[in-house]
Amino acid sequence: MKTPVYGLMAEFENPTALAAAARQVREKGYRVVEAYSPFAIEEVNEALGLHHNRLPLIVLCGGIIGGLSGYLMQYYLAVIDFPINIAGRPLHSWPSFIIITFELTILFSALATVLGLLGLCGLPMPYHPVFNVPRFALASRDRFFLCIEARDPLFDRHDTAEFLSSLHPREVSEVAH
Amino acid sequence: MSTSDFTIPPQLGRDLHRVQQRSLIVGAVALVACVIGALSSPDQFFRSYLFSYLFYLGMTLGCMALVMLQYLTSGSWGIVIRRITESATRTIPLLAFLFLPILIGIPRLYSWSHDEIVKADPLLQHKHLYLNVPFFIVRVLIYFLGWWIFAHFLNKWSHEQDTTGRDLRGRRLQLLSGPGLIFYALSVTFASVDWVMSISPHWYSTIFGLLFIAGQGLSALSLCIALLVILSAEGGPLEGVIGPTHLHDIGKLLLAFTMLWAYFSFSQFLIIWSGNLVGEIPWYLERLRGGWQWIGLLLVVFHFAFPFAMLLSRSLKRAGPRLIRIAGLVIFMRFVDLFWIVAPDASKGGLRLHWMDLLAPVGIGGLWLGAFLFQLQKWPLLPVRDPHLEEAIAHGGAHEASY
Repeated sequence: MKTPVYGLMAEFENPTALAAAARQVREKGYRVVEAYSPFAIEEVNEALGLHHNRLPLIVLCGGIIGGLSGYLMQYYLAVIDFPINIAGRPLHSWPSFIIITFELTILFSALATVLGLLGLCGLPMPYHPVFNVPRFALASRDRFFLCIEARDPLFDRHDTAEFLSSLHPREVSEVAH
Repeated sequence: MSTSDFTIPPQLGRDLHRVQQRSLIVGAVALVACVIGALSSPDQFFRSYLFSYLFYLGMTLGCMALVMLQYLTSGSWGIVIRRITESATRTIPLLAFLFLPILIGIPRLYSWSHDEIVKADPLLQHKHLYLNVPFFIVRVLIYFLGWWIFAHFLNKWSHEQDTTGRDLRGRRLQLLSGPGLIFYALSVTFASVDWVMSISPHWYSTIFGLLFIAGQGLSALSLCIALLVILSAEGGPLEGVIGPTHLHDIGKLLLAFTMLWAYFSFSQFLIIWSGNLVGEIPWYLERLRGGWQWIGLLLVVFHFAFPFAMLLSRSLKRAGPRLIRIAGLVIFMRFVDLFWIVAPDASKGGLRLHWMDLLAPVGIGGLWLGAFLFQLQKWPLLPVRDPHLEEAIAHGGAHEASY
């Protein structure tokens, strides 16, 4: 009995090959698949059905919280905490509140984007099995990787490896835990 | 791909021809009705005519700006709308002709054109050097001549590229587009001051021209969306050519222009509201009472908030049938915005909607649409010899499975 693996990884030379492979892997029925590339490739996202994630919702919530807090903060200051008569205007002069409200909406959305992204990606992550494949360092340079994880119900150490080899990768390697 | 040369198939050609004929007839009838109405209430006629005219001129100039912008920045989104926008720029001669009623209406529209009013008003005497009828007409000629020249060469060279296959983008067309955009921005700014801001000659706002530029971008993009969706519908000549990513790109631009318009509008309001000065604030006071405030609120909600919230959605921007509704709403709100800007000064008694306010947009619109559809049928619907056309079509993703 061999030790359990994290998954199987195929290395490709160019983004087109990766996208084609991703499409076939998806067609074959694999679902727990991850692609690694030096830059974003729209086709791969589409092939793996990765378009829907919760980040837009997190950003929207961040924006709404930012906008509300910006407006209410000014309202509290100008109307309740420190009311001053400025040129006879009403204390609740909403036009002058808009800019700060807008700015805080942007600020909170931006922070929600960064933090949400880190959170959804599980970063910071001190250890990840894929780095056990020696050539994986090239994923941030000029190589393209596709990893079918062992968690996938269709995963079979032998069959999946053979299937990946049929996609014309440069090489297929096992990813140790 | 349904057709390889992107020409309009005969069946659609007949349909378009019929629409073109009908819109010309409807337009002519509506305009004749307005002219008859002008005999009894000329002030009303010129007011209705001016705001309607500004919409169609704005859509046309917006299209011209998009053509030039695309030559300077490149991008697949611009290649697929190039023929539509070019067709719109070829209506400039018609629009120049349709400007004549406004020239006739100068005494009715602009108080600075009356000597006795200027004599009684030191500020208007001061502005007389710029705001006088002969110079006004000279400026009109300069604007239209400039627009016509740029539109003429943009079309001529693009057509030359189509017939000879020489790539003229990199050289001539870009060299033309740079100065063209500068002329566009300056001419629209000055024209908005001349034709609209000078209706209330004491009032001024330095962001006024940019507000029109943002509005023209909105109208032009909405027109492009509408046509792309219609032409790429099932059985249309661009079916399988225009894909969701094309609509997505233009939808994103529409979202950006929606925000830009809101940003300019609010900036103008905030600055004038904060300053609260005698020379500036009456313009807004006029527009925030007597029923006009509801039109203002309508603008906030349906010219900005609603389309903004809708256009945030990725799936909406990629779905033609839903995107075209937003484009339709934006076009309608452009009319409302121009009405709110142009009309209140002339009707001191509060908000009222005259039948000519509804008929004048139909009248000018009928003639404009007729001319536009005539121009659209002249050439293939895509720039067939553009070296990047294939790439631009692939970018749309019309052939990939929907996701």
